[in-house]
Amino acid sequence: MTATKRIELALGPCFFNWSADKLLDFYARIADEAEFDCVYLGEVVCGKRMPFTDTVWPQAIERLERSGKTVVLSTLAQPVSKRERNILKQQASYDMPIEINDMSLLPSREARPFTAGPFLNIYNEASLAFLAKQGAVSWCPPVELPLESIQQIAALVPEVAIELFAFGRLPLALSSRCYHARAHGLSKDSCQFICERDPDGMNVATLDGERFLAANGVQTLSHACHVAALTRDHLNTSGIQRLRLSPHMSDMVAVSNAFREFLDGALDAAELEAQLEGLELPGPLCNAYLKGEAGWKKTSLPA
Amino acid sequence: MSKEEKQMELVCPAGTPAALRAAADAGADAIYCGFANETNARNFPGLNFSPTELADGVAYAHAKGAKVLVAINTFARAGSIGLWRQAVDDAAACNADAIIAADLAVLEHAAEKHPDRRLHLSVQAAANSPEAIRFYSDTFGVKRVVLPRVFSVPEIAALNREIDVETEVFVFGGLCVMTEGRCSLSSYATGKSPNLTGVCSPPDHVDYREDNAGRLLAQLGGFTIDSFEKNTPAGYPTLCKGQFSAEGRTGYLFEDPVSLNAFELLEDLAKAGVTALKIEGRQRGKAYIAGVVSGFRRAVDGLATGTDAGPAIAALKTFSEGGRQTSGSYKKTWR
Repeated sequence: MTATKRIELALGPCFFNWSADKLLDFYARIADEAEFDCVYLGEVVCGKRMPFTDTVWPQAIERLERSGKTVVLSTLAQPVSKRERNILKQQASYDMPIEINDMSLLPSREARPFTAGPFLNIYNEASLAFLAKQGAVSWCPPVELPLESIQQIAALVPEVAIELFAFGRLPLALSSRCYHARAHGLSKDSCQFICERDPDGMNVATLDGERFLAANGVQTLSHACHVAALTRDHLNTSGIQRLRLSPHMSDMVAVSNAFREFLDGALDAAELEAQLEGLELPGPLCNAYLKGEAGWKKTSLPA
Repeated sequence: MSKEEKQMELVCPAGTPAALRAAADAGADAIYCGFANETNARNFPGLNFSPTELADGVAYAHAKGAKVLVAINTFARAGSIGLWRQAVDDAAACNADAIIAADLAVLEHAAEKHPDRRLHLSVQAAANSPEAIRFYSDTFGVKRVVLPRVFSVPEIAALNREIDVETEVFVFGGLCVMTEGRCSLSSYATGKSPNLTGVCSPPDHVDYREDNAGRLLAQLGGFTIDSFEKNTPAGYPTLCKGQFSAEGRTGYLFEDPVSLNAFELLEDLAKAGVTALKIEGRQRGKAYIAGVVSGFRRAVDGLATGTDAGPAIAALKTFSEGGRQTSGSYKKTWR
């Protein structure tokens, strides 16, 4: 019997178009007040946003590392333009941990360690084992992958640490078309960076008026807010080492505190969910992807 | 002969042995199909091939001078990779000309066990850049990449200048609005998706009901995503082509219910160095296959002979969703 292991907490990359000032304030507060073991940062969704935040990252990295957190540079999920591809090549050569979100980056990493991000299509043990040979030391599974599959993969590829997407709107799709621009009668090339108006994404409702999805430039997310309220024991037996919380306008220090208490046994799942629901989340709770069901649903998870 | 001068290959879909024969008869250069299980991305009831049917289909196609490409292009389910490896072995045993795959595990198996079999990279792999494409060709010996629908024609030309492998692009049929292989919208609404189960917006999760005004409402997974006036034809509620409201306006937020038709761009695609043109529609019937394949056969031949295929292509409008067509991402303004 192995001893109960502490589950680590990671802060995922911010998907939204937050201003440079907002990002600096956000990461300063995370550095000073939140109990994350690891912080992912960098622009993941849209290369057009990059020039506005380039100056943010060195300062944020320095601040977070000073507070003892591991900082991982998360990279663009869909590089297409020459400029975006050159940026990725530079990033691959950085002497710091990186998260790969597109296969473009794999060759230039030259087998140095990396995290395989949730945008890579890794759905089984053989493809993760393949990436492990290429340098993957850590893996955040695609959000639609059921827990049962993750458990099987974890058991067969123990050399890779598994980090479960555990909080936030689910990143569901990428496109070359910008839906923020389209909704405002603009095109991607003349977008006026209109996505900055929706710091948690733009609400998208069905014809019944039911909120359903959230658009974020070329990305589409869920309206509902995924919460993986899996206990430490359950995560331990599942082979999961870390939970990833995705940044929102909600008080992320309070979110991380609630998760920390839950993982340390001070809160049960119902108490965690109740605390989170008091934090002005972007949408109602959901979690059914973990059971292989429709992702928007909320179901009971095994304790 | 350089890449630019060669006549482009016409790659046509077949969901059944009858469709395969129809495609071969109508002049397809290559026909793509899949096995009747979750290893392919058109895993619908009543569709696809048994290994015996595939072997017969390959023989029929080869006799007509056409190749057969087998799509094993979903992502293998954890703990069940054997099913996908078996599909690759079966395709090779049936003497298929190439295997189309997306999953690293499937590509690795094909490259190791069947190094002489041509390997094509499925659109589901979403290889967006020369770096990604070179990775797949260097690692697995991939000879052709089916491009995700994110590129404009000038971008395809630039891409072809940077890579050594062949490119294949979609020219007709259903149009993914999201990047193929990078979309979980369907599983969010229904639990089933292309990457997980080889289906999108599955029919067993579709429902129609009438509202008080007599309009027909179309639902997917219980979400109402389209509505049709009385006595107008009702469309299928594919998630990304539904109506939604955002910013106080209701409409087709992601994409109108249109189908791709890149006929007008064929010459540009040839100049851009494209090797093969792909027609979507393994779920479609024989009439669609026969009509679309012969129309595009005439169009591709017309590039060399100067014959006008315009009327033949115009007749294909009935096969498009809602009778409406778009050239999609090939024109930059689509974005």
